[in-house]
Amino acid sequence: MTGSQALALSKRVRQVIDAAIKRYPEGRQRSAVFDALRAVQHENQGYLTVELMDAVADYLKLEPIKVYEVATFYSMFETKPVGRHSISVCTNISCMLRGADDIVTHIEKKLGVKTGESTPDGRCYLKREEECLAACAGGPMMMVDHKYYENLTPEKIDRILEGLK
Amino acid sequence: MANTHMAEPPVNIEIDGKPIKARKGEMIMQAADREGVYIPRFCYHEKLSVAANCRMCLIEAEKAPKPLPACATPVTEGMKVFTRSPKAIAAQRASMEFLLINHPLDCPICDQGGECELQDLAMGYGRDIARFSERKRVIQDENIGPLISTCMTRCIYCTRCVRFGQEIAGIQELGDTGRGEHSRIGTYIGRSVDHELSGNVIDLCPVGALNSKPFKMHGRGWEMTQTAGVSPHDCVGSNLYGHVLRGKVMRVIPRPNEAVNEIWISDRDRFSYTGITSNDRLEHPMLKQDGRWRETDWETALAAAVNALRSVHGDAGVLASPSSTTEELYLLQKLARGLGIHSIDTRLRQADFRDDEFEPVYPWLGQSLEDLEKLNSVFVIGSNLRKEVPLLAHRLRKAALQGGAVMFLNPRRYESLYPVATEINVASLDMTAALAAVLKAALGRKTAPTHLKDLLKDQEPSAPQLRVAEQLLKGERKAILLGHLALQHPQYADLRALAAALAEVSGAQLGYISEGANSAGAWLAGAVPQRLAGGKRAALKGLDARAMFVEARRAYLLMGVEPELDCWDSASALQALNNASVVVVITPFITDAMKHYASVLLPSGTFGETSGTYVNVEGHWQHFTGMTKPMGESRPGWKILRVLGNLCGLAGFEYLSSEEVGEELRKAVGDLKPDNSFTATRIVASVAPLKGFQRVAEVPLYSADMLVRRAPPLQETRDADTGWVRLCPADAKKLGLAEGERIRVSHDDASLILPVKCDDSVAAGNVWLAAGIRETAGFAPFHSGLELEKIR
Repeated sequence: MTGSQALALSKRVRQVIDAAIKRYPEGRQRSAVFDALRAVQHENQGYLTVELMDAVADYLKLEPIKVYEVATFYSMFETKPVGRHSISVCTNISCMLRGADDIVTHIEKKLGVKTGESTPDGRCYLKREEECLAACAGGPMMMVDHKYYENLTPEKIDRILEGLK
Repeated sequence: MANTHMAEPPVNIEIDGKPIKARKGEMIMQAADREGVYIPRFCYHEKLSVAANCRMCLIEAEKAPKPLPACATPVTEGMKVFTRSPKAIAAQRASMEFLLINHPLDCPICDQGGECELQDLAMGYGRDIARFSERKRVIQDENIGPLISTCMTRCIYCTRCVRFGQEIAGIQELGDTGRGEHSRIGTYIGRSVDHELSGNVIDLCPVGALNSKPFKMHGRGWEMTQTAGVSPHDCVGSNLYGHVLRGKVMRVIPRPNEAVNEIWISDRDRFSYTGITSNDRLEHPMLKQDGRWRETDWETALAAAVNALRSVHGDAGVLASPSSTTEELYLLQKLARGLGIHSIDTRLRQADFRDDEFEPVYPWLGQSLEDLEKLNSVFVIGSNLRKEVPLLAHRLRKAALQGGAVMFLNPRRYESLYPVATEINVASLDMTAALAAVLKAALGRKTAPTHLKDLLKDQEPSAPQLRVAEQLLKGERKAILLGHLALQHPQYADLRALAAALAEVSGAQLGYISEGANSAGAWLAGAVPQRLAGGKRAALKGLDARAMFVEARRAYLLMGVEPELDCWDSASALQALNNASVVVVITPFITDAMKHYASVLLPSGTFGETSGTYVNVEGHWQHFTGMTKPMGESRPGWKILRVLGNLCGLAGFEYLSSEEVGEELRKAVGDLKPDNSFTATRIVASVAPLKGFQRVAEVPLYSADMLVRRAPPLQETRDADTGWVRLCPADAKKLGLAEGERIRVSHDDASLILPVKCDDSVAAGNVWLAAGIRETAGFAPFHSGLELEKIR
């Protein structure tokens, strides 16, 4: 739409997008923007760039701003460089009652960063906030790179964090 | 939207105790607006979709447990609505309190102050003292271009501007990024907003977030006087208001008129006023004596002009801008013909006049602007519609969105921002053949009209050409429109004859998209060589705009024209002017070229400085008065011409007002009805293609006339970035050129050097070189053979 040269998307990303487009009625390719952004972010060390969002917009024949709107609205998308491993601790009501705030403090101390920051070595990224991840029965809980860890204790967290390379 | 349910039986509702018949499916807000019951609102706008996000229009409805948004609640039978009940008012006040939480209290330094929807409603619904003592959120501003200023801290997220982009402009340039407290309206990447109608978001914005950049901090709404006007730039004749402060037009806003411009105006209409006070303004009459210019008084200058015009005994050419007022054009031709000068024209950018005696009484759209929206099929021949006449493009966009098939035959692919049914893009000189093929397909087994036999002989319609023909043959409401690129085409007569035949065989209405604001008025006033005032055929036909320079005249009289930019063959125009013994120029602006060729300069008023009438492309006469006095010693054009007539001793120049002039012409026109049916039965053989690369010229959006070329904010837009040689990538490669490299373009003895843009919308063998811009002033004709050479 912009007429500028769009960045090429990888074959895998294009496959993901094409498969997503098929799930929606014709002409509603805009609905595939989530799948597209997730796939692109996954291939780009966990964050999106304007160039990548433009490439998605170009592929889906959308105005780029429509992609920016989605990418900046959802907390699952990062629009600035972040650490390799994404750590999100649920701080919603169930987890909060089970001590999620202490968990966050522990992780902050352990990694030496505040929420919303990445470690200087680029290993870990501690997300600013995470909405309920629907694992209330196992609170406090966190998600590390799409994987759930429940009934967290400081010791358990130390082990998980040490396992991240 | 509201009209779709007209046929349904009405729904009985009650608003504030008053029984009302509403239309099925419409919202409470629509019914209330029609009944004159005002419900406060910010996000709701009758021209935009319903967002229901500001919550200002909450009302109470009987049996509803909670307040309902009037903009998003459909009427139902027996519904009782209370817009001012204690419950409704409490809800509205609560909404207002939320809206004001983050809104700064900077009304004294805000341009919107005094004409702000938020400020007005806060007077009625706001609390005296804020209960919110926390910090307000602040947003850093983006630069979104030279036309719109931003102060997004004031934004209340009504999203009218976002919806305008999506729904009216057809391209979303502004969006709502982020979430909650962090959400903001902007472009996200800090780019400019470039759509040719973008300025309308200034009017839509209910607060001071989006404002006019050129007007920023220049005046207050209540200090200015408002005068109605008409746009001087295109054939729609958009209605507008000029706001004047201390004798100066400070800004221009739309004047709603559903039949013409609805509630919109283009950016060109909105910001061109900034050219009025250009440094180029000619403020005193000037006279060249012994090769030197000196300022003089009106008496001396007029006497010199009269002497000059009389001395050549009719051997003169008269050229005027098609954006002059009808009154000026009428007096100009009356003066010229009174002096025995018959070569008078306003068709500056037309090249092919072979059949102009058979043209209709004026270039007529063939239908009303509103009718365009209802077309089932429309075939546009030779037009970059969005940039030629932005609001006409908007009408066709509406037709396309309602399922109409919009089709184009163009020498280049343009972005339309709506689904285009079929697009035929061919090299410029192949347009005639392509149109002939469409006609052949539409004719099927019917025999071709004899005068077109030669053109149709060897055509084999291609698939898209067949599709266009098929589409035009079916459906009820259809039109064929000839745009500016057709009008400027060297084979315009052929295109016109073919289009007319296609219209006849398909039952489509043929229409013209004319240049300037007043081509129709010019024809009716007799400012073309083949017609007298009132559309009567001229017994003595003078030379047309091109011929009067090829066959050089001894004298010229120009009005509002820069021939080096406005004429089809600007090189021969300049040459003829420079060689003429005398050139009288009536102009609001002075140029270096004028200093060279002119002998007398008479300063005239420009936009907003004169009263007059424009006849738009529908044939709609729109009268307007002046907004301010002309700058310096300049005078309205009609007054200058009246005095010239008097001093030349011509009868019938004793007018007291421009209205008298207009009335005289209206009498001559009578109840003349335009008729676009084609009457020529024979066309002279067409011109041969030229050697080398074929230049195709297009006049960019912001280069169309004297005034807009001098409007600084418009010249800073992306649309004004025009100084390029556009080549298709294959041609560029052949010449060993990369994007941005400089190239020498030559025609005859003239050459110029410009950077190259590789553009795959350009046909092979064509070179796109804008006209009407400084870089190509006085260069080759609109269509000419060019030599290209890479600069090493």
